[in-house]
Amino acid sequence: MTGEFDVPKVEYALVLPLLVVFAGALIGVLIEALAPRVWRYQAQVGVAVSTLFAGLAATIQVGVGLEPLAGDVAARGDVVVEGALVVDGPSVFLWGVLLVLSLISVLLFAERRLEGGLTSFAGQAAALPGTDAERQASTRRIEHTEVFPLLMFAIGGMMVFVAAGDLLIMFVALEVLSLPLYLLCGLARRRRLLSQEAAMKYFLLGAFSSAFFLYGIALVYGYAGSFDLAAIDQAVSASTAGTPLLLAGIALIAVGLLFKIGAAPFHAWTPDVYQGAPTAVTGFMAACTKIAAFGALLRVFYVGFGGASWDWRPLIWIVAILTMVIGSLVAITQSDIKRMLAYSSIAHSGFILVGFVGLYAGSPAGEGLTSLSSVLFYLTTYGFSTLGAFAVVTLVRDAGGETTHLARWAGLGKTSPVLAGAFAFFLLAFAGIPLTSGFMGKWMVFAAAWAGGAWPLVIVAVLTSLVAAFFYVRVIVLMFFTEPGVDGPAVAVPSALTSSVIAVAVAVTVLLGVVPGPVLDLAQQAGAFVR
Amino acid sequence: MNEYTPILALLALGFGFGLFSVIISGFTGPKRYNRARLDAYECGIEPTPQPVGGGRFPVKYFITAMLFIVFDIEIIFLYPYAVAFDSLGLFGLVEMVLFISTVFIAYIYVWRRGGLEWD
Repeated sequence: MTGEFDVPKVEYALVLPLLVVFAGALIGVLIEALAPRVWRYQAQVGVAVSTLFAGLAATIQVGVGLEPLAGDVAARGDVVVEGALVVDGPSVFLWGVLLVLSLISVLLFAERRLEGGLTSFAGQAAALPGTDAERQASTRRIEHTEVFPLLMFAIGGMMVFVAAGDLLIMFVALEVLSLPLYLLCGLARRRRLLSQEAAMKYFLLGAFSSAFFLYGIALVYGYAGSFDLAAIDQAVSASTAGTPLLLAGIALIAVGLLFKIGAAPFHAWTPDVYQGAPTAVTGFMAACTKIAAFGALLRVFYVGFGGASWDWRPLIWIVAILTMVIGSLVAITQSDIKRMLAYSSIAHSGFILVGFVGLYAGSPAGEGLTSLSSVLFYLTTYGFSTLGAFAVVTLVRDAGGETTHLARWAGLGKTSPVLAGAFAFFLLAFAGIPLTSGFMGKWMVFAAAWAGGAWPLVIVAVLTSLVAAFFYVRVIVLMFFTEPGVDGPAVAVPSALTSSVIAVAVAVTVLLGVVPGPVLDLAQQAGAFVR
Repeated sequence: MNEYTPILALLALGFGFGLFSVIISGFTGPKRYNRARLDAYECGIEPTPQPVGGGRFPVKYFITAMLFIVFDIEIIFLYPYAVAFDSLGLFGLVEMVLFISTVFIAYIYVWRRGGLEWD
């Protein structure tokens, strides 16, 4: 029997942003293999920055050229590559946000002034901590510049993840984005055992959740007979009652995605990993991984399982409430700044889930606020503030590296008011104080949930926001109204890289709080998912 | 039920073959019990005792295993392409060149970083 294959159609122009990012990552690997050691850092940073800029330009070009979908008022875009990817409004919006945030992350990754002219990543990750090999690597000034291609691979995976129109592609993307992150988590230059422990935990639990996700895909395939989200939607909508097979499949897929989001009760890895990972990587993960996972969650549940929403809504309600309560309450007891930010990010996942579960589709004309556009907006605001906050954490140091214990941050506002001011501002944004982006984000998400009839959730969300505000304000009080200790932390003077990250994050947090219009318009123009 | 008959038959066949092999080797195999024979079967590594100085296995084994998987996957994708070569035409050629060059880049990385040197 000879092959009777139809040649698949690949819309190269529409998937160009993905191709650019992956090509950049491969060039990075080649540089690592062929360029002399002294040139690698400069070459890698150059390639990473120009690749991400090129990807952003391609994304904008794709976004401008999106065609409205026939017979739909809101959705624009198309299903490409034989159903494997969906390039629509939400995809392109998330691509743009991910690329901008990863550009900022590259600047954090490239910071070299804090560690005496070396990056904050382990010189030789294979050397055992505390051995001669490790000391030799540091005296010979060896660096792992692989972190830049790894970041690009992760970003490429995230971009595929949010645009996947097919559960199998989604799984492959999940692995492509996760594997580089596992590696990056274990590469801290200081406190290497903690970092390696974090990587190990993240890897084991991540692999476990991937298995859940995969098993869920298998069950849903058993139910719908297809991996394609549109075909699954047809199968789900055609039947009146959810069968156990479908419900089990939905639940398992939800476990896989909620793990990546860091929603309770699948949040246990978050504090350990956020604390152990190099802070630049923590910032990158907290911002970009969360955005990618929410993008995928929205697509799978709105497009694939939209017909069964009465079955999965109560489940997500419970998860949202648990996430908000656990995130806010446990954060109060934390004495480590990175762990506190980790629990705060869990609480934020809960707030975003409130908007997600509101399921508010907007006015019939396809205009105005929807659950989708409010979540997209919230993710954008949250991403910038989070990266900024972690950038500040990299600067508060003593002889042993970063000092993350809260007691050591006492009086920071007196010794370095600008930095402490920036951090306080990010905390206010997390707390959702007006005139910060966090307030606008929360407002949109809660409004969409309220319009969608999820008012009990909104009430819980507002109450937990108040609890969360308590521990944010506590840190601010600690920084500004407490006398510095005898051996107070020294704030390192950063190079232009980290300074510009903090400056950009502050600027975006102010701008989105005062004039949210342009970005909100973009999020609303992203419209709806293409099925 | 009829669709499952071949699966059941295969299951029975598998069990039967396993049972047959174990029994027949007891009758036909030579019976020389020495130290090597009683050791656990491992390729290259002495499983016990742990290697001196920290209990780490040489990473070389893992690099070799990973390289094997890389080429294994390359072959897995090349084989169906060879079968469908005619109907895929130029598109197939371009995509396969892209795929092979991606694998090749990983190979170059391993080679330049000394992953192919045993000592």
